[in-house]
Amino acid sequence: MENENNILEIRNLRSCFFTEKGVVPAVDGVSLDIPQGKIVGLVGESGCGKSMTARSIMGLLRYPGRVAGGSILFEDQELTTCGEKQLRAICGKDISMIFQEPMTSLNPVLKVGRQVRETLLAHDPTMNREEARRRVIEIFTQVAIPEPERRYNCYPHELSGGMRQRVMIAMAMIGNPKLLIADEPTTALDVTIEAQILRLMKQLQEQTGMSILIITHNMGVVAEICDYVYVMYAGQIMEQGDTFQLFDHTTHPYTQGLLASIPRLGKNPERLHTIGGVVPNLLHLPEGCSFCPRCERATDICWEQRAELQSVGAEHYARCFHCGEGTA
Amino acid sequence: MDESIRSQESLQSQIGEKDGIGEKLLRMCRQNKLAAFSAVLILVIILMAILAPVIAPYGEAEQDLLNRLQGPSAEHLLGTDELGRDVFTRLLYGARVSLTIGILPSLISLAVGVITGLLAGYIGGAVDYIIMRLADIMLSIPSLLLAMVVTYTMGTSTVTLFVALSMTGWASVARVVRSQTLSLKESEYVQAAQSIGVSKLVIMLRHILPNCLPSLIVLFTLNIPSAILSESSLSFLGIGVQMPQASWGLMVNQAKEFLFTAPWLCLSPCLAIMIVVLAFNFLGDGLRDVLDPYMKNQ
Repeated sequence: MENENNILEIRNLRSCFFTEKGVVPAVDGVSLDIPQGKIVGLVGESGCGKSMTARSIMGLLRYPGRVAGGSILFEDQELTTCGEKQLRAICGKDISMIFQEPMTSLNPVLKVGRQVRETLLAHDPTMNREEARRRVIEIFTQVAIPEPERRYNCYPHELSGGMRQRVMIAMAMIGNPKLLIADEPTTALDVTIEAQILRLMKQLQEQTGMSILIITHNMGVVAEICDYVYVMYAGQIMEQGDTFQLFDHTTHPYTQGLLASIPRLGKNPERLHTIGGVVPNLLHLPEGCSFCPRCERATDICWEQRAELQSVGAEHYARCFHCGEGTA
Repeated sequence: MDESIRSQESLQSQIGEKDGIGEKLLRMCRQNKLAAFSAVLILVIILMAILAPVIAPYGEAEQDLLNRLQGPSAEHLLGTDELGRDVFTRLLYGARVSLTIGILPSLISLAVGVITGLLAGYIGGAVDYIIMRLADIMLSIPSLLLAMVVTYTMGTSTVTLFVALSMTGWASVARVVRSQTLSLKESEYVQAAQSIGVSKLVIMLRHILPNCLPSLIVLFTLNIPSAILSESSLSFLGIGVQMPQASWGLMVNQAKEFLFTAPWLCLSPCLAIMIVVLAFNFLGDGLRDVLDPYMKNQ
């Protein structure tokens, strides 16, 4: 590990889909640090490789996708090369994940209590069933599920969306993980529930001192709870920095575009602001900066070369040749 | 149908997938009278088969040569055959053989099919390839022909029949289970289970198998009549159950020589086969309507 404070260090991760048409680099040289006890946000639009990054950590890539290079270090253990058995031992215990869609990530034919209990039994098959049940009810209380004893015997369809996401969080939290990966945990929920769930995650983080990696496309979520932000576009980190720093001194044109695209109450423009163009086909990425076809500031050099991440402030980096110009 | 009842029913079927299997069965009984009647009929026939020694007025092979080829009467409800044996009695004992051969090999092929299908679907790769090619080979041979080959090589007995019928049945089950496993494998809850470190075996048995159950129940009930028919065909051809044991197919076989002199001899086992097979088919249809989410509201 380069920095002792980090619980997870990703260096130059490349995860590709090896398709018949060619190699699609969904994650293209991502480096990411998750410090102990911090909440890190990974932001970007659909298809930019956010979820692929998370799945690479958990070893959940599906054929034809796989990790093609780079390293993922978790507490001095390399996750990309360790065997499946070792990975299974870490996942669920030290690292766990919350999925996007609470409607489909719970098995419809199993009672939710048993599904949460499964995490415990998977890592300690000798555990007493009654003891496991007690732990599940405890964790249900902790994630503010009312009437935990009764909910234990509920099927997923008997619970509301927010309640199901709480069950998912309970399932992820019950092993006392050191790192929680939340893949768009609130996308499928309405805004009031979203606020509750975010508050819950923040609260759990403060209680347990774990680290959280939140994957989202919602800048509001980032602003609300993240300590540190990574902005991803077409498989690359475009800008990274301390949340306050990044929101106050947004440097990269893509991040600026994202922030400008958030509709604001009160201001009533004719049309909502959008970033022109579409995400490039990852099979045919431009030779230079992957954002340059949509960038207002693009010049010749942007079309020819890829920019490196460069420091633009304290703990603040951006991948752009025109960092100094036209800050929003 | 009254409008309010109809809207209530469509509402019920909309929320249908929220019911447990028990509630679905109850709904089937309420909506599909034919299936409910079939279920009751099957239960009655099974009971009669189990209680055959108690109910039957005569012994299974009890002969009464003075009263051979009698028509239906008070003493012999369905008449007697060419050796003076009571047809009703033999029908009851024959039900034991026919139902056992209908249900047991179906169970065996269900178990084998579930195991192979889960392995093929979940593990994939070479395992999948080998299992599915084996299944393809099994499905490409006419099942009756395969059963005949098996009985010829292993000798004719009830056990051989079991083996022959189980050998042909598992392949179609394996196919269904495999295809369901393939789609369930991609579901988020299976991935969630993987992400918390649940072992492959537990995922297959606890997460995937219960979700296959509705189609398996349907497949099972539809497999039974075809097994009963195979048994009847094989016994009719003389390579199934052997005398003096009674089986419906065997009874048809022997009765065919008296088709014109004593037609009731042939008619009663034929009707018995028809009723049981139809009952299982109706029950299977009814079950599919309530258990298969894709068949809803059609």
